[in-house]
Amino acid sequence: MEGALDLFLQQLLNGLTIGMIYALIALGYTMVYGVIQLINFAHGEVFMAGAYLAMTALVFFGTLATPLPVWAVFAAVVLFSVVGSAALGAGIERVAYKPLRGSPKLTALITSIGMSFFLQNAVMLVYGAKEQSVPDIFPAGRLEAGPLSVSLLQGVIFAVSIGLMVLLTRFVRHTRTGKALRALAQDPDTARLMGVSVDSMIRLTFVLGSALAAVGGALFGMYYGSVNFHDGYLAGLKAFTAAVFGGIGSIPGAMIGGILLGIFEAMGAGYLSAEWKDVFAFVLLGAVLIFKPSGLLGENVPEKV
Amino acid sequence: MNRLPLSAQVAAVLLPFAFLPLVDRNAYHLDLMTNVGIYVLLAMGLNVVVGFTGLLNLGYAAFFAIGAYTYALLNLHTGCPFWWGLPAAGITAMLFGFVIGLPSIRVRGDYLAITTLGFGEIVRITFNNLDDWTGGPNGLLGIDRPVFFGFRFSVNATPYYYLTLALVAVTAYLLFRMIRSKFGRALVAIREDELAAGCMGIPALQVKLVSFGISAFIAGIAGAVFAAKQTIVTPDSFDFVLSVLILAMVVLGGMGNIWGVALGALVLGVLPELLRGFAAYRMLLFGLIMILMMIFRPQGMLGGQLIRRELGRRPKEGSDGAA
Repeated sequence: MEGALDLFLQQLLNGLTIGMIYALIALGYTMVYGVIQLINFAHGEVFMAGAYLAMTALVFFGTLATPLPVWAVFAAVVLFSVVGSAALGAGIERVAYKPLRGSPKLTALITSIGMSFFLQNAVMLVYGAKEQSVPDIFPAGRLEAGPLSVSLLQGVIFAVSIGLMVLLTRFVRHTRTGKALRALAQDPDTARLMGVSVDSMIRLTFVLGSALAAVGGALFGMYYGSVNFHDGYLAGLKAFTAAVFGGIGSIPGAMIGGILLGIFEAMGAGYLSAEWKDVFAFVLLGAVLIFKPSGLLGENVPEKV
Repeated sequence: MNRLPLSAQVAAVLLPFAFLPLVDRNAYHLDLMTNVGIYVLLAMGLNVVVGFTGLLNLGYAAFFAIGAYTYALLNLHTGCPFWWGLPAAGITAMLFGFVIGLPSIRVRGDYLAITTLGFGEIVRITFNNLDDWTGGPNGLLGIDRPVFFGFRFSVNATPYYYLTLALVAVTAYLLFRMIRSKFGRALVAIREDELAAGCMGIPALQVKLVSFGISAFIAGIAGAVFAAKQTIVTPDSFDFVLSVLILAMVVLGGMGNIWGVALGALVLGVLPELLRGFAAYRMLLFGLIMILMMIFRPQGMLGGQLIRRELGRRPKEGSDGAA
């Protein structure tokens, strides 16, 4: 009985860890969808680019003659990855999506698929097709709390992810810029009339979403110890599933959706079959889209006529 | 040329290709052109859903896989000959097409795209994991080659080349007939404005389902030819990359333009071979083509008057917002 409970708790913790990362990526999907109704297929690649940037920085810090303290390295690595990915996200928006404002949804969706392929292969050409290992910087100690035990890195993932989600929520709810973002999501034309600069708000959405995905990518790389150029595809798809599950366009929805999806997946892998792990996410996605497209927290918006 | 009967037009376009094996005896070239023929079938099939009906299918490789595995399994378990396996593969893929079309009742365009993507992944992972049935990641080997009135197909690609050419001709002819029929106009009407089409009495749901079925049928046929040509099928031949590659062909050629998508398949099928030294840049190029075409020439190389209104840039208007 003891063992069964332990397995359950362990899978729960594993699920929460990966769920936090899904949630960080899902926020980018949901925010972009909220303002321009685009499924930004290239978002998974921004996450992957974040993981590669973090890996590159970690390798660089590993070569320093005098090692810096772990926390300084961690902060510098995440910052590097965030800045690089945010610039990438803003660049993608400027080059590929801005010229397509006002054209049908399918046009922009196809463009984003093209962008995703382009970025994936660009990274593959730069870093090679082989998996790259990510240096481990955290000491091996574990944090114990009663029957629960998490690795130091898992603790960091929880703390950073929850901290960012709280910050984002406060930003969107309580600042002027956040209000402008919400206005834009609600009604772009009225927002424009009220003096909201639509272009810069859309750019900001991409920057924020990409920054969060980059943090997710950095944590993902450290957690699994390696990165691969097609990691972004699967993780991106799952994060999109999470965003839809939580209700696309809803920020708390993306957080809850990501965490729940992580837990479902870990439980499915632990109790049913690890081989079919990826199928659970896709079946969930199909079921939500067909039976409750508005998701857990999304509003039921009728098709505009 | 438009005054010629349709069958003569199709023959006129494809006739030069019939002479290729006589002019070019390079076995490698013919093998490549046979694969291109399979791509042309796939592009024409995907075009039915994406180009005519305006629904994005991102899991099209799944139907190709279902066709290939249907013929492979039938042949290996029952010794079913190719000529029976071919329609069986098409029909099986079509049945799955109806099932996958079902969500289109409820979900909007962009959501449907993701649903089909999920379906494509589920199919691939299923073929990969059902080891007892499908041989798992190693796939199925030893699939019989076709026998045509006593003539046995061999490693030589020439008979396969003529087989795919004939299938392309028949498919093109039937698709032209279809798009000029009442049913074809119904597809385009749904693409342009589903609500208005419904008001005009078009049963949008049935029409969309049938278009999914036709599209899947063509992929199933192509799958059977592929399985008979390779004599081996493995799940990794049917990944998301293939679905996107076919989509890129359709986008490049011009969504909704039958000869256009065939040209797109020809270009994207042959181009990587011409740029041998740049093999690594192949997928990069496909991605770039999709971005550039959508921004600068959404109607594709050959374009299509039909599609222009839907894909062309609209002036900023009303409550449609930025998308």
